[in-house]
Amino acid sequence: MNEILLVPGLIFLATGTLGIIRLKGTLNRMHASSKASTLGVGFVILAGATEFYPDGAWLTAFLALVFMFVTAPTGAHMVARAREESS
Amino acid sequence: MITETGIVVSALLVAAASYRVIDGPRVEDRVVALDTISTNVVALAVLYAVHTGKAFFINVALMLAITGFIATVSTSMYIRDGDIIR
Repeated sequence: MNEILLVPGLIFLATGTLGIIRLKGTLNRMHASSKASTLGVGFVILAGATEFYPDGAWLTAFLALVFMFVTAPTGAHMVARAREESS
Repeated sequence: MITETGIVVSALLVAAASYRVIDGPRVEDRVVALDTISTNVVALAVLYAVHTGKAFFINVALMLAITGFIATVSTSMYIRDGDIIR
């Protein structure tokens, strides 16, 4: 079960980092960072949650998953507003 | 086997994203690259917890996620406003 979830997680993380390096412009790089990398780390944390399922660490991993999915759009929104209003 | 490969791939992705931290033409590019590095380090902590079987490192991943979010938001407020606490 972990291998099934880890492989797409690593693929999405690699896609996000490749977008950071290759794309042109701040907003395009933010587009790669805030969607592909967040989905990749979501898959990886879900793999960790299924690894420790009967123990209590499962709930901590699920809390980390919810926290990443809530705070990644918030941070991207703050960076985008700083980009638009500081120039 | 897959967890060792994942740890190596995540470490290489952190090293690759540091290129944008060094070479970014604007400050916002560096902030976005540091956010990506923070996300990759969270994945690295979870992969280490799965690899060694130590459930304590799940808490390390949660704390790293909180620290990365606070760093991104405070740096963005500093870029936009010039100060953090108004």
